[in-house]
Amino acid sequence: MSAPTATAHAHTAHDHHDPGFVRTYVFSTDHKMIARQFLFLGLIMMVLGGILALLVRWQLAWPETAIPGMSVFLPETGGILEPSTYNMAFTMHATIMIFFVIMPILAGAFGNFLIPLMIGARDMAFPLLNMLSIWVTATAGVIMLGGFFVEGGHAAAGWTSYAPLSSVAAYTGVNWGQNLWCISLFIMGIGSMMGSINYITTIINMRAPGMSLFRMPLVVWSLFITAVLLLLALPVLTSGVAMLLFDRTLGTSWFHPSGGGEPLLWQHLFWYFGHPEVYILILPAMGIASEILPVFARKPIFGYHAMAFSMIAIAFLSWIVYGHHMFVSGMNPTLGMAFMVSTMIIAVPSAIKTFNWLGTLWGGRIQFKVPMLFALGFVSMFVIGGLSGIFMASTPVDIYIQDTYFIVAHIHYVVFGGSIFGAFAAIYYWFPKMFGRMTNPALGHLHFWGTLIFFNMTFFPMHIIGVGGQMRRIYNPMQYEFLQHQQHWNVFMTYGALLLGLMQLPFVVNFFWSLFAGRKAPLNPWNSTTLEWTAPSPPPHLNWGPTLPTVYRGPYEYSDPEAADDFLPQTQAPARAGARARAH
Amino acid sequence: MLDWWLPENVSTYGRDIDWLFHLIYWITGITAILVFAAMVAFLVMYRDRPGRRARYTHGNTTLEIVWTVVPSLILVVLTFLSVPAWSRIKMQAPPPSDLAVQVLAKQFNWQVTYPGPDGKFGTADDKTLLDEMHVPVNKVVHVHLRSQDVIHSFFVPQFRMKQDAVPGREITQWFEATKPGKYELPCAELCGFGHSGMKGWIYVHTADDYQKWAAENLTAAAAPAADPQEPTKDAALAAATGGTAKR
Repeated sequence: MSAPTATAHAHTAHDHHDPGFVRTYVFSTDHKMIARQFLFLGLIMMVLGGILALLVRWQLAWPETAIPGMSVFLPETGGILEPSTYNMAFTMHATIMIFFVIMPILAGAFGNFLIPLMIGARDMAFPLLNMLSIWVTATAGVIMLGGFFVEGGHAAAGWTSYAPLSSVAAYTGVNWGQNLWCISLFIMGIGSMMGSINYITTIINMRAPGMSLFRMPLVVWSLFITAVLLLLALPVLTSGVAMLLFDRTLGTSWFHPSGGGEPLLWQHLFWYFGHPEVYILILPAMGIASEILPVFARKPIFGYHAMAFSMIAIAFLSWIVYGHHMFVSGMNPTLGMAFMVSTMIIAVPSAIKTFNWLGTLWGGRIQFKVPMLFALGFVSMFVIGGLSGIFMASTPVDIYIQDTYFIVAHIHYVVFGGSIFGAFAAIYYWFPKMFGRMTNPALGHLHFWGTLIFFNMTFFPMHIIGVGGQMRRIYNPMQYEFLQHQQHWNVFMTYGALLLGLMQLPFVVNFFWSLFAGRKAPLNPWNSTTLEWTAPSPPPHLNWGPTLPTVYRGPYEYSDPEAADDFLPQTQAPARAGARARAH
Repeated sequence: MLDWWLPENVSTYGRDIDWLFHLIYWITGITAILVFAAMVAFLVMYRDRPGRRARYTHGNTTLEIVWTVVPSLILVVLTFLSVPAWSRIKMQAPPPSDLAVQVLAKQFNWQVTYPGPDGKFGTADDKTLLDEMHVPVNKVVHVHLRSQDVIHSFFVPQFRMKQDAVPGREITQWFEATKPGKYELPCAELCGFGHSGMKGWIYVHTADDYQKWAAENLTAAAAPAADPQEPTKDAALAAATGGTAKR
């Protein structure tokens, strides 16, 4: 879509026959172009998702007042958000951010860009399927956007779309909006399946000589595990939204008690997908942090095997914790107790990862470059998001905080403080390789500090008002006497959100300015060890010249006392003949 | 900071929930402080300075074992401490009830039904109130929760009580209020455009006041409460779902 500008210079040698504009920039099968397309899809959708979030925040701080500029879109109310529009705004904020921002950027863009480059492959295993994946996802995106223009407005039953609210049009007054929501996610699920099959096959079959599984960079491990989760989780959602659509349009009764259906069935299907989904969103960011921390601490990652195995443990456990979303749903409380146990256990691998990141910093030589700042931001915010999860794991405490702003705080610390910080870290770190130009560090610092400070200003007080009892998804907190005394927090958070939005402008400026006018990137600007930095910036079609790189060591050989430089690339042959590769 | 913001607790099991909340609050708070202190210390001590080389290490098995086992133990203990409260509130057959009421949730009201003088639901002397419930203090009250249309959630912040009302099933919950007063009863699960503002009041009376209120309002002689079964919208919804859940 918007890729042509991005990569005018990406298209260099190696192509003996010029495939032409459309095959290079639109219907390309090159994993790097597809990665850029996913990145632009995600970033454009992020603007829309962010604006929807600001509408929600405005309404919560200054209920039922006109929102500046909104009278154009809501002329009949003079720019005031009505309850049904408000429900639509938060529903679509979450839907867009989760399915069309974080998944395309982390799994789509960086999965595509990094997997072949970091394992030493020329492209994905199925390049044509890869191309289909982006265009199927983009089609899903267009259908999702179409929902804003239909009679009755877009889906307004929450991103979780609990039946029967979502399955009977009369309950929300939304007809085609919710139908398009189902159709879009159905198609998105197919696109994601194409991507995940590709990732798994590529990683299993196409690693360069010497690239054993335990020499793979941790970000490749994380993307591999994410692909497995995507492959197994998304079809459950895909089936679920199909059933929902059939209930809405064909008169089936999957979720209607009157026809023998069961409302809780939707929740079981949704969360069976939904909890692995949370790890689909966070695992790539964990991988990214594990990649960036060693580079800028100039140290091997602490506990490589513990890092890989803890991600595998998270992936296994993520299938048996989903019931913690349903402690007060009417699900059998005995089952709730079992889910409490598994939920407590899944906190352990996250703790292991955090301690190993700290261990990586210990004794390092830490350089505060912009990617490192975002990676450190990721670790800190993930610590808060992870710890707040323990409150919900304890079933009795969850009775009280379920459906309050405490949950909203928790999910934003995980998916914004976690996934989005990870995405920013990745964009700053791999921008030179992706687009062949360096970003501006001053703007990057401004972006980081602004984002960190105003992120916390926006989301930390949500813990406080959540403990105070404020329910999520309410239109006007002032309708409740027990919430009125904490309304000043809502105002404070909305100022934070507006400033957080403003502080994304340095990123936009930096991104586009660097794209066209940034300093030309050298081969290996950060002195990294992994394979992608041995390919030109940006890498040509098929990534490397006639021979593929050979791998001699693990991915994090920094500051080896026996080496002259403070880093040993994975491709550098051992100095002494017959010497054992040092790491792993 | 967080724990000062809990609303006042006025139920018997609320104490158990608050105790666990505070325990987790301190455990996670101290963990967060230690992690951030270590992180800031490392960032300052090991910042890049000329002439220094980073320590070359790939990890430490003893440390890995320690930071796997210690969090596991803490979480196991936390799990065991959570079990009794959960089982008391949600699992064991609720204690013998002094008063039982039916609550029917619907877009966007709580319809509260008292059995009337005969003590039986579904008889002519049942009394139905809209968005208000009156209960005596220090008595176990059973709530038979149902929903007519979508999922709602019965939330009483000061009782630390929350339970979704699911169409097609009746879920019995209980509480015992410890202090007379007037407490808000919001709906905590998104239930449509009127979700915000769907709320009722629970009046907790002293024993005498409750007797007086019941004599005036629940006896057959009392003026019939306004019938809250009404408008066309409910009928339309019922038609859309093919009749409401009855079980």
